[in-house]
Amino acid sequence: MTDPRDPHTHDEVVDDLVARRDEAVTDLMRSPPEGADGAFVDHYAPGAPDADAEYEVALESLSQWQLARRRFRRHRLAMVGLVIFSLMLGVAIVGPIVQPYEFTNIPGASRQGGDPPSLEHVFGTTREGRDVFELVINGARISMAVGLFSMLIAGFMGVLVGSLAGYFGGWVDNGLMRVVDVLFAIPFLFIILVAARFFGQGQVSSLILIFGLLSWPLIARLVRASFLSLREADFVDAARAVGVSDLRIAFRHILPNALGPVIVAMTLLMASTIILEAFVSFLNFGIQETQVSWGNALANAQSALILGNWWWAFFPGMAIALTVIAINFIGDGLRDALDPRSRA
Amino acid sequence: MSSERSAMTAGGTDVEAAVDTAHGSTPASVGPPGPDVASASPGNGQPLVSIQELVKFYPIHGGILRRHVGDVRAVDGVSLDIPRGEILGLVGESGCGKSTLGKTVLRLLPATSGRVLLDGEDVLARTGRDLKRLRRRMQIVFQDPVSSLNPRMPVSDIIGEGLVAQADAENGWGKRSVRDKRVGDYLEVVGLRRDYARRFPHEFSGGQRQRIGIARALALEPEFLVCDEPVSALDVSIQSQILNLLLDLRREFGLTYLFVAHNLSVVQYISDRVGVMYLGKLVESAPVESLYEDPRHPYTVALLSAVPVADPRRRTRRLVLKGDVPSPAAPPSGCRFHPRCWLREQLGDPEQCETVDPPFRELASGHRVACHFAERISKGVLADAVAEQPDIPTSDVVEPDGQDLESPKPVDAVPG
Repeated sequence: MTDPRDPHTHDEVVDDLVARRDEAVTDLMRSPPEGADGAFVDHYAPGAPDADAEYEVALESLSQWQLARRRFRRHRLAMVGLVIFSLMLGVAIVGPIVQPYEFTNIPGASRQGGDPPSLEHVFGTTREGRDVFELVINGARISMAVGLFSMLIAGFMGVLVGSLAGYFGGWVDNGLMRVVDVLFAIPFLFIILVAARFFGQGQVSSLILIFGLLSWPLIARLVRASFLSLREADFVDAARAVGVSDLRIAFRHILPNALGPVIVAMTLLMASTIILEAFVSFLNFGIQETQVSWGNALANAQSALILGNWWWAFFPGMAIALTVIAINFIGDGLRDALDPRSRA
Repeated sequence: MSSERSAMTAGGTDVEAAVDTAHGSTPASVGPPGPDVASASPGNGQPLVSIQELVKFYPIHGGILRRHVGDVRAVDGVSLDIPRGEILGLVGESGCGKSTLGKTVLRLLPATSGRVLLDGEDVLARTGRDLKRLRRRMQIVFQDPVSSLNPRMPVSDIIGEGLVAQADAENGWGKRSVRDKRVGDYLEVVGLRRDYARRFPHEFSGGQRQRIGIARALALEPEFLVCDEPVSALDVSIQSQILNLLLDLRREFGLTYLFVAHNLSVVQYISDRVGVMYLGKLVESAPVESLYEDPRHPYTVALLSAVPVADPRRRTRRLVLKGDVPSPAAPPSGCRFHPRCWLREQLGDPEQCETVDPPFRELASGHRVACHFAERISKGVLADAVAEQPDIPTSDVVEPDGQDLESPKPVDAVPG
């Protein structure tokens, strides 16, 4: 018997087997087996029913990421979402350049309570005579920044804490989850109000920090739950059996499989943060009144709604809704694109 | 290490190994040392894998303070040796600890106590770099072909990952080109095409996935493979392909298997020796022919009689084991099988069964059994036992894989 520890012998056996298989394949191509029943025993013969060459050509040179990108591009809703989102982002970035009126230049309204949409003011004006189109464009900056950056902070923190807790379990899990419990137990709004005072009121950056640092527990719980179930998966055991390190298992095996629900949760979180910012601003704990966001535009418009001046609330509201929907579509698309099981 | 433990004949398959109870629970005096101890195997007649008094408890926590209130005794002091080149089949019902045993041996689960020697090296004592090096020599094939492959990795990464992890200057596995060639080679070795390396697991059938799992294990050049019910999730026609593949690979690479299964026919087909587990303990172990023709533990007898015979004209009366498998958290006193034992009933409930844990003794050469009354088993006794059973008509319920012991229905027996 050969000693399998000797690498040469082992490799030789492999070479021998591969050669024999190649031979079997060529033999088979030269003279295919007679009769229709292919249920023959030699398992070194080529895997018969799988020879769909067409399929292979399609897969030929695509890497995992290329495949994911292609799946994303074929996801119609995701592409719609991406277009809308890019538009909004573009407005937020270059907005002040395209806006029709200067921030400080209030054109004034001809009617008491604000003008309805017209050629001059396509979205109408506010009670004070401010152009609503200008409000929407300027508001995009703060709203998008708050939503996007607090989502990123929450996502990063949540994934980090959730992974640590879920993978290591035991006292690590216990400690981190108690912190999460505490954050969940204290009324959200209360912390925001206190923290807003503490961090400096009216600063957009402090709002982002507060929202980000308060909303990660949700993500952390999701990630932890996925980790706990995936940790028991056979492929994780298999990776440990071949000697893969803990860190690599967590990030290469478990995290990618846990990411689907997290991506969806993060997009929802961004949407709710945009709305939360509106609410906090309405309570005068958010951004300063001299600044504009979709949220505080919406909040200020509440009194105007009674007068039937729908445009003041409608356009900022539409901006929020469109952005939120676009982000959700992108989230769906990302989730599907990152899953190799979904059809390309 | 005692001298009667194991050796193999020069042929490599006809193995005469003794399963060892190691720490003195038995005066194992009967077995003569196997022939050709010195000349046959590379390890001086030493078994490749030696499991000694392995114990794996799962603690049970209860109460507000989550105090330790008990243990589930999944594996409770199992000792066995597997000589190089041998296939040891391990059978038993669900929950008897056979899979836990396999995973504990590979350090995928932490052991509670005991020793596992791989080629003389203590697996349970190794850590860090040493453990990683040792992992290369022992690999596992899983039961579930779906969950054992990461759905988000192409096959090249699934097989290549172990190579990356075990790469060193000597084998050069760190290099992408070396790795890719190797992945392709091993795909061919297990009967798949090289270019499958690019595909993802969901593009394969169950049997193909199982082959990928085998290739992943094999690519590290292991000596010892734990097969954890590798065919029980597969179609019957595919089962035989995979079993034959495993047998071929054993021959080509000189592998040693611990083959865990609950399908008695599968175990009979592939094994050189068979161990039967019940409630965390090994109750019988013997060379395969000896175990199937002359079972000596009442539990083994019941298991074997549950194998359905493919003959519709054969009318049988059922021998039904009483009750369910007791909880491994509170195993019965004495012999763990005694509350369900038909032999004990036949013998008029001897007290010994309830009070004394039967030693795992050697009955004949290489045939060990943990029963006080193993010698009393005969066809006559079994026939009497069957005759006393209530008459239940032969059921025509046959599980898809023929003899599924995992079903909750009672184990039944065919006389004679």
